[in-house]
Amino acid sequence: MGRVTMSEFDYADVQGLVRFGYKKMTKASYSLLRVKDVVAARVWLRSAPVTSAVEMNPPPTTALHVAFTAPGLGALGVSESVIAQFSHEFRAGMAQESRSRQLGDVEANAPEHWNWGGPERAPHLVVMFFGEPGPFEAFVQTSKGPSWYDAFETLLCLETSDFGGVEAFGFTDGISQPEIDWNQKRTVPCTQLDYSNIVSLGEFLLGYRNEYGKYTDRPLLDASVELPAAEDAPGKKDLGRNGTYLVMRQLQQDARMFWQFAKQQADGDTAKAEKLAAAMVGRTRAGDPLEPIQEQPIPGIEAKPGQKEQNRFTFDQDPAGSRCPFGTHVRRANPRNTDFPNRPRNVLTKLITMLGFGPKGFRDDLTSSVRFHRIVRRGREYGTQLKPEKALAPAPAGDSNPECGLHFICLNANISRQFEFLQNAWINSTKFSGLTGESDPLLGNRVVIPGCPVTSDFTMQNSGGLRRRVSGMPQFIKVRGGAYFFMPGIKALRYFGQPGTSPGTSLFKPE
Amino acid sequence: MVLAPILRSREEELRGLLASMNEGPGRVNTNNAVIPFSKLENLHFARLLILDDKTTGDVRVYGLQREPYPLYLAFLGDMDGDENRFLNDLVKVAANGLRKLFSCCEKFGANTDLLNWMKEHRKSSIANYVNWPGRTVRRIREEAALKEALESYLNKDSSLRDMSPRGIHAKLAQLINEEKTSGRLRLSDESPTPPGWWIRNLLHLVATPLLVLLLSPLLVVIAPFYLIRLRKLEKTDPELCPAVDQAYTEELSRGEDHYVTNQFSAMGSLKPGLVRLLTTIGVLSTVNYAARHIVRPGRLGRIRTIHFARWVFLDGTKRMIFCSNYDGSVESYMDDFINKTGFGLNAVFGNGIGYPTTNWLVLDGCGDERKYVEFLRRHTLPTQVWYKAYPGLTAIDLERNGRIRKGLEVLSLSDQEASKWVALL
Repeated sequence: MGRVTMSEFDYADVQGLVRFGYKKMTKASYSLLRVKDVVAARVWLRSAPVTSAVEMNPPPTTALHVAFTAPGLGALGVSESVIAQFSHEFRAGMAQESRSRQLGDVEANAPEHWNWGGPERAPHLVVMFFGEPGPFEAFVQTSKGPSWYDAFETLLCLETSDFGGVEAFGFTDGISQPEIDWNQKRTVPCTQLDYSNIVSLGEFLLGYRNEYGKYTDRPLLDASVELPAAEDAPGKKDLGRNGTYLVMRQLQQDARMFWQFAKQQADGDTAKAEKLAAAMVGRTRAGDPLEPIQEQPIPGIEAKPGQKEQNRFTFDQDPAGSRCPFGTHVRRANPRNTDFPNRPRNVLTKLITMLGFGPKGFRDDLTSSVRFHRIVRRGREYGTQLKPEKALAPAPAGDSNPECGLHFICLNANISRQFEFLQNAWINSTKFSGLTGESDPLLGNRVVIPGCPVTSDFTMQNSGGLRRRVSGMPQFIKVRGGAYFFMPGIKALRYFGQPGTSPGTSLFKPE
Repeated sequence: MVLAPILRSREEELRGLLASMNEGPGRVNTNNAVIPFSKLENLHFARLLILDDKTTGDVRVYGLQREPYPLYLAFLGDMDGDENRFLNDLVKVAANGLRKLFSCCEKFGANTDLLNWMKEHRKSSIANYVNWPGRTVRRIREEAALKEALESYLNKDSSLRDMSPRGIHAKLAQLINEEKTSGRLRLSDESPTPPGWWIRNLLHLVATPLLVLLLSPLLVVIAPFYLIRLRKLEKTDPELCPAVDQAYTEELSRGEDHYVTNQFSAMGSLKPGLVRLLTTIGVLSTVNYAARHIVRPGRLGRIRTIHFARWVFLDGTKRMIFCSNYDGSVESYMDDFINKTGFGLNAVFGNGIGYPTTNWLVLDGCGDERKYVEFLRRHTLPTQVWYKAYPGLTAIDLERNGRIRKGLEVLSLSDQEASKWVALL
């Protein structure tokens, strides 16, 4: 099944955000738009200066990306039969009621309270501008061009802030990212016994093999149009190829509440508060993991020159959670485990494990294999930063606690198996990894579930004695908006800009 | 399981009645007027559903005619002890409600003897899985109360923090003994399993392998022919895994994820022919035997999230229904199955019409995740009423609580054992 492609991957058709986080472009804003005039919108899409994933030297100083919601594709005139070939989650949208239950978007997090993305304020598309501070403003203006104002109605423009590499609680963010197997050297399907950070291209781009060695749902067209050919369906054109699903969530973070809670639990001792906060995150503020950096290399994890090694670790040597508690944010978000517990090395031990006669400890084999549940994160902070030092101090009188948080963005080819699974089974689950009564210490909504009156604990295991448990954690992070987008490949994006009259195409509704 | 054909003219009324048992979609009123489930103290899980199989037309891919199956009402319960005793209890607390429900079914009149009628409409399963045989509802509740008592004590007494695991164990054991003596906490001994059960179980344990042994000369002779035929079928059986209608997916989701545990009900037609029928019976008998005599308590292969599951043939052996109670959302359930026990899934469900192509019975199949997910969603039925006696507890919670109790009852633990025990708290 495995394929070795000798030629370099063709990055020119992929939007650059899949490959790059644009760290040097410290300015960014996301325009949430509705299509006002479909003809003008298509004109803009045809010529929008979208950035590709081709590596450039010198690197660009600005970038632009475009992604659509399902109603947005409808508004552009894409026919229902084509939209129906996208995934269920994308079509139903993030704010659907049963989905909200799964994602923890209930009570204070419920879509009805959102600034955007809820039933009343659903965007059709998002245009994302990135740039170094110098050229940014001019780039936004010129990119919009003359057709923009006829084409779109701006629902909201989400501004971002640069907190210098830390998120709103003051922790270094974005350290762990999967390494995309661009050149498809990975053999799939496979059985993975050692943790690897290299993940199949098809987990992040539609139209390629995923970790199962299969292709994810996406629209395939018969039309003889300017689109890439479908690998798995001869004679068909692949509207999804080189595209990805982009999940966006606005997460409002209450830094003061977070640090004040830590301080109160530490009886006012700032150093202890810092330690508790690190236990909740699973890393120190500087980004060092609570687990030691291992000697043995991990495929796909190498520190860049001049950078500290902060990602070469697993939880294998900490099966009791005594160094890094089971419930910490990083352990929930990426448990770093493999297809089998205890790494059976031969067929017999593998068979014994498969039949349920492997390790029999209480916590053995509770978590799914992580390689099916990875996401590429591209989030950015927003609002006014309240540094931990300030957040730890008593709030000054009349202080309004300005809003800040994260515009969470992640990319994945299967929203249900990747983002939603992660959010539902790991982050939001009060029963993750044999725990009970607690969800993610940062992201948890603390909402009571029938039969589970307590959901606001945080437990720190201790191998030599009794665990320490923090109770009554408030909700530190509130969901303020969100939507599922499809970020197409560049040819597909241009295709959405074509007038719907091309002969033989079934893409568009008759006009 | 009680199974009865519904009178078409009364279907709407029945649906209304079932809906009246819920507070909202997927959320049962445990004390509803039709069947006040909470009064049935030996009942773990129950569900009522209308077996509205939308896929009966699938047989047409084999050139067969769609059959005019009746629409069934199914009532399933997982209980402690004997089913007859349960039915007696059920009639005691819910005779009126049951009469109302079953009056929407065929052959149930004002003068029908309810108990006999239910017994006549009983349908037994071909395979059954119980997460922890012998763990009763009472034990689950008592052990949950024990966990809670320990929890609240640990929150109060900070001196335990500095004690050694053995010290903590000794202290808590003493405390729990006091609680028991004072009657605030109860940890009953299990009522002894009736000797009849032991004898039946032993017979089953021995008789099944014996039967296989006796048949083995025959099996060896037919094996090559069977395999050749199976391979041929696998290569030609059509797949039916279209993307499921969005509205149907949404209807299913409305009943899901209200609790930490979910129900799953799926139904479909079996592939025609003797080879497929024998395969189904063989595989499910193996599952049943393994679940009863071989697997470790708390596990089905590597899966630790299923409380109860069963497979039942319908309309002779033409159709099958599968019902389970599992922890987490349906996505994680499928994920667990595909990645941890895909071979079993293929062997069992690969005999259903339209299943993604398998190889050698256990390979591939659900490895085509997208097709598999659509296949399963397409065959999933909405469950109109679903009850769980301990809504907040997962199978892992139950195992933990059981381990805590077991550890408490040991007088003295080694340092290592004590550490492991304390880590459960």
